[in-house]
Amino acid sequence: MSAAGARIGVITFPGSLDDGDARRAVRRAGASDVALWHGDADLHGVDAVIVPGGFSYGDYLRCGAIAKFAPVMTEVVRAADRGMPVLGVCNGFQVLCEAGLLPGVLTRNSGLHYVCRDQWLRVENNTSTWTTRYEAGADLLVPIKHGEGRYVAEEPVLDRLEGEGRVLFRYVEDNPNGSRRDIAGITDERGRVAGLMPHPEHAIDPLTGPTDDGLGMFLSALDSLVAA
Amino acid sequence: MTESTHESAAHDSTAPSGTEQVDSVEHAARTPELAQPYRELGLADDEYERIREILGRRPTEAELAMYSVMWSEHCSYKSSKTHLKYFGETTTEEMRSKMLAGIGENAGVVDIGDGWAVTFKVESHNHPSYVEPYQGAATGVGGIVRDIMAMGARPVAVADPLRFGPAEAEDTRRVLPGVVEGIGGYGNCLGLPNIGGEVVFDESYARNPLVNAMCVGVLKSDELQLAHATGAGNKVVLFGARTGLDGIGGVSVLASETFSGDETGSGRKKLPSVQVGDPFTEKVLIECCLELYGSDLVVGVQDLGGAGLSCATSELAAAGDGGMRIDLDTVPLRAEGMNPAEILSSESQERMCAIVRPEDVESFMAVCRKWDVTATVIGEVTEDDRLRIDWRGECVVDVPPRTVADEGPVYQRPVRRPAEQDLITADDPNTLARPGTADELRETLLRMAASPNLCSREWVTGQYDHYVRGNTVLAQPSDGGVLRVDEETGRGIAVATDCNARYTRLDPYEGARLALAEAYRNVAVTGSKPVAVTNCLNFGSAEDPAVMWQFQQSVRGLADAAAELGVPVTGGNVSFYNQTGSSPILPTPVAGVLGVIDDVTKRIPTGIGAASGESLLLLGETREEFGGSEWSRVAHDHLGGTPPRVDLERERLLADVLGIGSRDGLISAAHDLSEGGLAQALVEMSLIGETGARIVLPEEADPFVWLFSESAGRVLVSVPRGAELKFTELCAARGLPCSKTGVVDTESGALEIQGIGEIPLSELREAWEGTLPRLFG
Repeated sequence: MSAAGARIGVITFPGSLDDGDARRAVRRAGASDVALWHGDADLHGVDAVIVPGGFSYGDYLRCGAIAKFAPVMTEVVRAADRGMPVLGVCNGFQVLCEAGLLPGVLTRNSGLHYVCRDQWLRVENNTSTWTTRYEAGADLLVPIKHGEGRYVAEEPVLDRLEGEGRVLFRYVEDNPNGSRRDIAGITDERGRVAGLMPHPEHAIDPLTGPTDDGLGMFLSALDSLVAA
Repeated sequence: MTESTHESAAHDSTAPSGTEQVDSVEHAARTPELAQPYRELGLADDEYERIREILGRRPTEAELAMYSVMWSEHCSYKSSKTHLKYFGETTTEEMRSKMLAGIGENAGVVDIGDGWAVTFKVESHNHPSYVEPYQGAATGVGGIVRDIMAMGARPVAVADPLRFGPAEAEDTRRVLPGVVEGIGGYGNCLGLPNIGGEVVFDESYARNPLVNAMCVGVLKSDELQLAHATGAGNKVVLFGARTGLDGIGGVSVLASETFSGDETGSGRKKLPSVQVGDPFTEKVLIECCLELYGSDLVVGVQDLGGAGLSCATSELAAAGDGGMRIDLDTVPLRAEGMNPAEILSSESQERMCAIVRPEDVESFMAVCRKWDVTATVIGEVTEDDRLRIDWRGECVVDVPPRTVADEGPVYQRPVRRPAEQDLITADDPNTLARPGTADELRETLLRMAASPNLCSREWVTGQYDHYVRGNTVLAQPSDGGVLRVDEETGRGIAVATDCNARYTRLDPYEGARLALAEAYRNVAVTGSKPVAVTNCLNFGSAEDPAVMWQFQQSVRGLADAAAELGVPVTGGNVSFYNQTGSSPILPTPVAGVLGVIDDVTKRIPTGIGAASGESLLLLGETREEFGGSEWSRVAHDHLGGTPPRVDLERERLLADVLGIGSRDGLISAAHDLSEGGLAQALVEMSLIGETGARIVLPEEADPFVWLFSESAGRVLVSVPRGAELKFTELCAARGLPCSKTGVVDTESGALEIQGIGEIPLSELREAWEGTLPRLFG
């Protein structure tokens, strides 16, 4: 497959906000972006899916709790089981956790305020589908913006994530939300499904973001699609 | 009548008349002597008489509710209208040439080139935000965003000029966190980057906080939507949230007195008068509206804000070429037993009203279904010139719409310059004790940097999303916010709002000119060309002649300055009665300026540090000007004298030079000098850029004056080494004073100022960033 032949879908739920940014990031990485609608139980033949940030369905009840019932999410879960790369950013991370594709939950920031700022992250795993372009141990500067981004899971789950090298990114310098073990992003057993609170799609161009450090995630996935 | 019979009638809209007396037009004509609670609704005796004259009978309850809310100060501008005319009188044809819509529309619209147009407006939501900070501020954002949507534009950014009582006051700790959380909670959920705004503390805003909200929208210049109800037979569609009892405010007087004598069993009238917002509904409404516009399914559109349906129906009809007929029974309600006056006055949020061709109604509904937006045909445009509203088969409103929307009372309120004004002017700040030694100057600089009005706003702005949509090129703490509009060409816009109300207190005319000059300069320092002005005029009681004098002078100052700068005023908002007892707030005419930048990659950031050895050049002249200065407040709690001199020709020249400097890559950083003077600008440029600098004093300069004076028309720029000669020649050729003030030092990690010594950036940062987190947690 050529890079431009790779089709990466971005879901729009009612209340999605960063869907346009995620699609821009896909294009900037060199792939084709495909808009996916929440009510449409069809992935339109895409090769990978991004669940973007925002407040899907207003985040009523609990962040991401309603979105998991969307017809499109049933398809995403099926496709993920077959090994399709899936990335959840911020609210998308919450949706993937609610949908059972990733373990743990995201709860209210320990500081109780919504936080929007540039955040340093350390790359812990550079073997997942979404992180191969990074060097292990590299520091990235990427925006965060959330009120409920504190990653929480039971101790054995955390131990297992650590043991299996499934922590993708950790907050460095200053943990912005009280996440357990400074976890900013994780992946599934196969390294195909990834979720993180920081916004790589907002760090693809130093003109509009702090850096272009986030672009590597989209390029990594594209590499894997092209190689496949 | 008891609540129970009222309720039963509400459940059964076909209930025969007689279970309850509807105050219909016919009933009103039959009962001319019925006493009506018009005073409780805020109408004066002569206003009520005029309504009777217009109608040739007493108004019905529903009509009374409509007139009272539409003739209120907030909706009718009855005290300000006579002064606001001056904006139109001073706008020349040339200034008007780029305006696609101006004052009178929901928001002004300006052509920015390449087929793009921009609309922007600021509105106040002051009183609700004091009563209920979170919802007051949240619905303030929601309201201004719908104003922008009503112009056919996609909202692309928000910014919030805020004023609070003293930072350390107990009540400020209640109001400020709630307001900030409300703005963030609503705006973040809408996906609109917050790119600017202000936070100012002053004793006069205690119990009178100012919560102004700006929204900017972008559209193709041929996609402008106007609030007109044209074409007899066209349908009136209400869409968005259901109509409930929230925000009915004063109209509840009617309900409780005449419709439901016994409220004890219900509690439904006990809702707070501040509306409750639902940003998710509004976000969906935005996308739904844009799809409707894009599919050309809308003839005219109006948002429902203050005065709800009363306002939307009467304004749409008044601006159109016919009348309108509405059937209130079709309005989707979320409360039981609402009467016509309540339905018409409800300020339930997240609602819009559109005029749709009959053949487009099905397509319109299909788009609304896609977005799960409730939409209902509630009436149609008629050939006559009446607004008729029916309820339960009876006509409850039958009025000429213009008499409601446009022909409200106009007052010539007494205007008097207060005698005490001379005493304030005579209270010379130059007699105050000043710091003299290096240690005193150093201590003053740090104390100022940590003071509530100069310290970092990160505690506030860090709660706002400024990244969403991926087009934010500059945001706070930059002087102006800059957004990319066109990803192909790089064309973008800049916005800034400003007002130093201490200056306006000392001289409302000059203070207003200074406010506009600063907003204009803040747009210019980003490399953008200022093209249009809006305003939000916050004042005390319109019935206080001294306040009206401040208002009149400020309007004249703003209008004259706009004319001198050659930028049109495209719209504005007035908020009176911001006062406690007999003490008004400082006169606060917030000026907002919109700019255009041809290529956003040429934007000028605020922080220094692009390269070591860059020269810091001070543009403009420094005079001994401390009237209204931040130093006089921090050091002496003093407000007296005269504000800094304004030279608008100089401001234009500065903007020209900054524009050329940006275009030709001659400037790597720039910061406007305002509150706190040069010292504060240096602190901010260093800390934002995380880079030190070495500063030298000009010969014979008084260090105190040089560092802390607030002379207007000044900008500090950082100029790359290779560009210095070209830049200084540019200034010299245009007669713009330009003096070398220091050099950037990427190694030192300190601000070194001749006559003061070295201050490590870490020490500056602690002072500048520590204050708000310490106060607000």
